[in-house]
Amino acid sequence: MLELKNISFGVNDEKGEKEIIRDVSFVVADNQFTVITGPNGGGKSTLAKIIAGIEKPTAGRIYFNGEDITDKSVTERARLGISYAFQQPVRFKGIQVIDLLRIAAGKNLSVSEACAYLSEVGLCARDYVDREVNASLSGGELKRIEIATLLARGTQFSVFDEPEAGIDLWSFQSLIKVFERMQTRQEKGSILIISHQERILDIADQIIVIAAGKVSKTGKKEEILPTLLGTSAAVNACEALTEGGKA
Amino acid sequence: MDAIQKRLLMEVADLHGTPEGAYNIRANGEMAARSTTANIDIVSKADVSGIDIIIKPGTKNESIHIPVVMSKSGLKEMVYNDFYIGEDSDVIIVAGCGIDNCGGQDSEHDGLHRFFVGKNAKVKYVEKHYGSGDGTGKRILNPGTEVHMEEGSYMEMEMVQIKGVDSTERKTVADLAADAKLIVRERLMTHGDQTAVSEYQVNLNGKGARADVVSRSVAKDSSYQRFDSRITGNAPCSGHTECDAIMMDNARILAIPQLEANDLDAALVHEAAIGKIAGEQLIKLMTLGLDEQQAEEQIINGFLK
Repeated sequence: MLELKNISFGVNDEKGEKEIIRDVSFVVADNQFTVITGPNGGGKSTLAKIIAGIEKPTAGRIYFNGEDITDKSVTERARLGISYAFQQPVRFKGIQVIDLLRIAAGKNLSVSEACAYLSEVGLCARDYVDREVNASLSGGELKRIEIATLLARGTQFSVFDEPEAGIDLWSFQSLIKVFERMQTRQEKGSILIISHQERILDIADQIIVIAAGKVSKTGKKEEILPTLLGTSAAVNACEALTEGGKA
Repeated sequence: MDAIQKRLLMEVADLHGTPEGAYNIRANGEMAARSTTANIDIVSKADVSGIDIIIKPGTKNESIHIPVVMSKSGLKEMVYNDFYIGEDSDVIIVAGCGIDNCGGQDSEHDGLHRFFVGKNAKVKYVEKHYGSGDGTGKRILNPGTEVHMEEGSYMEMEMVQIKGVDSTERKTVADLAADAKLIVRERLMTHGDQTAVSEYQVNLNGKGARADVVSRSVAKDSSYQRFDSRITGNAPCSGHTECDAIMMDNARILAIPQLEANDLDAALVHEAAIGKIAGEQLIKLMTLGLDEQQAEEQIINGFLK
């Protein structure tokens, strides 16, 4: 279980202090699938970074399985069982896909074990295990590899920041199945996804709407989703495409 | 050979015992072992220290190991090795030098390797440097390499120096005739107060000659590196040189890629990049459970792989 209590976050720039997150509180229960949505620039990605430990909140506390992890480092949180998939996956010169999966799994995965994770995210595994995680991979390929690293980690809690970006429409359904499988594989597995996609919102147990750094709505999917349909917080994948990915 | 020399041999030549094929092992300034084959002859030079390696034309799939190990403090040597690689042959040459210096005096191995690569011959050359020992004496290696490539020949050079050498000055000069191709892959890591200088001068003299000289390096602590690579195009040819370096701590790096075109159809490209490890790379690996130091090691290992 992950709990955010009164989290605020601000940055200082030349115009003075700017508040990005204001007094945000919510709970992601065990075995729960939560989607955070809301307008761009509302602070969703910052919230994901705060959970992973990459950004430190200026106020508030974070609890994981009842333990206060606010002052814990990225590494400590990762070891406690929190995984984080980057919105824009990082490229490495020389590090191969299999190296990354082995680091993620924390053990010396065999090639066939590594291939199994890649196949799950729709990559023809044999073509990818030895590839370098560098600029030769497309954005979509990197996104899938990023998801595969989280599968290899298999932790209790996983945060995905817009995992669907760059993923082809035909594999959208497979992606959703990946999330569903991930959750059921862990005893207390819970997933937090930042997304605007209606089809991802549709499989959520809980939806949290963040706007202007605050929680504007929170509740069960059945209550929240109908209020979002037709807004930019819940975009139909095909509409997003015809609008040139404006969402 | 003693245990230290055997360990050095393993580091520089991946050798656990006597290699297969032709070899010449030099230990503490003297020949320790030699073997020749029907196609490969090794002869000691009469006037200076060193050997001639003569590979018959048409020799295929044979290997030559010529490692040098030094475990005596205060030893200084200069060695001249010449390789005559016959036409149409296809061979692997593994050289390398390991110095273990536990004493207070400097140990130095300087070498000049000259390669005469015959028409359409194919050579893979691997050279590894390694230093160990906790004495105050420095471990110094200054390799010079001359490569003369005839028409249609191919040479791939892998130069590796990852650990323990205090000072290196590497000079490589190559002349390529028509349709010859040279590939250089240099990997270098310096630490402590080490200095490493690497200079390349590649002359593309014949039509269709090609060269690709790429260095990847990591400079740690207070070490200093200079990479100076010049490709000269004297004919319709293509050349590429690249230096990609990661710096850490108080290290300093100077990269000087240079191109000289003396022919309208010489297509030459250079690239150079120096920078510290990207913060987001560290963070990504930390989100996978590594601490900062482990993340750094993974990034450097991958980079120098």
